[in-house]
Amino acid sequence: MRNENSSHQGGSFYQRDRSWHPPAFTPDYKTSVLRSPKNALLSLGNTLSEMTGPVFGHNMLGPLDNDLILNYVQTGEPIGPRIIVHGQVLDEDARPVRGALVEFWQANAGGRYRHKKESYLAAIDPNFGGCGRTITDDEGRYWFRTIKPGPYPWPNGVNDWRPAHIHFSVFGHAFAQRLITQMYFEGDPMIWQCPIVMGIPSREAVEQLVAGLDREATLPMDTMAYKFDIVLRGRRSTLFENRMEGN
Amino acid sequence: MVQSLRRLKESPSQTAGPYIHIGATPNFSGIEGIFPHDLGSLPLSPEVKGERIVVTGRVFDGTGSPIKDALIEIWQADAQGLYPGPGERRGEADPHFPGWFRQPLDGTTGVYRFETIKPGIVPYFDGRPMAPHITFWIVARGINIGLHTRLYFDDEEQANAADPLLARIEHRLRVPTLIATRGDEDGKPVYTFDIRLQGENETVFFDI
Repeated sequence: MRNENSSHQGGSFYQRDRSWHPPAFTPDYKTSVLRSPKNALLSLGNTLSEMTGPVFGHNMLGPLDNDLILNYVQTGEPIGPRIIVHGQVLDEDARPVRGALVEFWQANAGGRYRHKKESYLAAIDPNFGGCGRTITDDEGRYWFRTIKPGPYPWPNGVNDWRPAHIHFSVFGHAFAQRLITQMYFEGDPMIWQCPIVMGIPSREAVEQLVAGLDREATLPMDTMAYKFDIVLRGRRSTLFENRMEGN
Repeated sequence: MVQSLRRLKESPSQTAGPYIHIGATPNFSGIEGIFPHDLGSLPLSPEVKGERIVVTGRVFDGTGSPIKDALIEIWQADAQGLYPGPGERRGEADPHFPGWFRQPLDGTTGVYRFETIKPGIVPYFDGRPMAPHITFWIVARGINIGLHTRLYFDDEEQANAADPLLARIEHRLRVPTLIATRGDEDGKPVYTFDIRLQGENETVFFDI
């Protein structure tokens, strides 16, 4: 019954803790230097424009949308470590966010993206596309199957490499919850050397993006598993709102 | 010590990176056959009520150069000012209108383009009318956390003057950065809304 308290209902969202998120200007990540606003953000209490958001139905999903091992097969299966990524989408009050659209994209096992502007010399895998999507169930759960991505070099410092990562885009129930982030893998030493990761101010916040190896969900002789929970902004109960809606 | 509030922290944001298109608009980036079409890219169906408009523009960095790898999402009310999603309890929005669209910048010119309708009036949290507006969300390489802004329309001068949000902008010189300029394309209104991430005429961004 706790789902009746889901974030479909309720008032405005808890203020975003911008000291937990990376700031806009993180000069060690060079591209942020010219793409970060100089002015302070203007705080805008939530209006209906922010408290509403698009909704996506399961009927938009194809049967292989959450299976990156099979959804781009041309001549055979892609090469690389087979993994399951699963977890829950929760809000800050630890309530499941059901019906949330979760999209993900990544490089192949060699760290090569299938993108026309990408020129890293590692080989394209003819059987790997690198994108998928799913919608969370009533408990906020999601899962997908993929190939573990490799690290890749990028032109920031002369010898910078991204840790292995999967990009995530999440829609909650309101545009105020819209979030794009990246998932990293437990034990990867590159995490702590990456200027994009280190834009996040605290170690604790970085650790929130590191998926743990999940032995219990691993399929013997088949696929390893990682668990990655995602937390979206929570919202006040209208009980505690200091004004009536619409007044 | 006091009892813990036991709230979780929101997952920290990370940049969408230069290859956001693989996940968000795979067909645009040349990955065909996984999704039938790029989400948020379908044209409006003829049943949608309201005045057809085009919204277009570019996104400039701190040197004034147009960037070419951003992705923009917009969210707006229907022609009656109702949002087509959960959280809208004032009535039922136009069932044919999605309210949400997603487009990449053109990889060569940096231009984005949405074909939508002009939104109706939505109340501010105190009930006063807000002028017609479209919420913009911009993500790209170099942007660590998605930037929120709003497009208002230059032919809604009176409504804009009474808009409670625009009224809160202390530096009045910055208000015009949120107002799109109306032009014409074969009789259809085209609103140009350029976004400047940094520096001169920097667009107002919101913490929502």
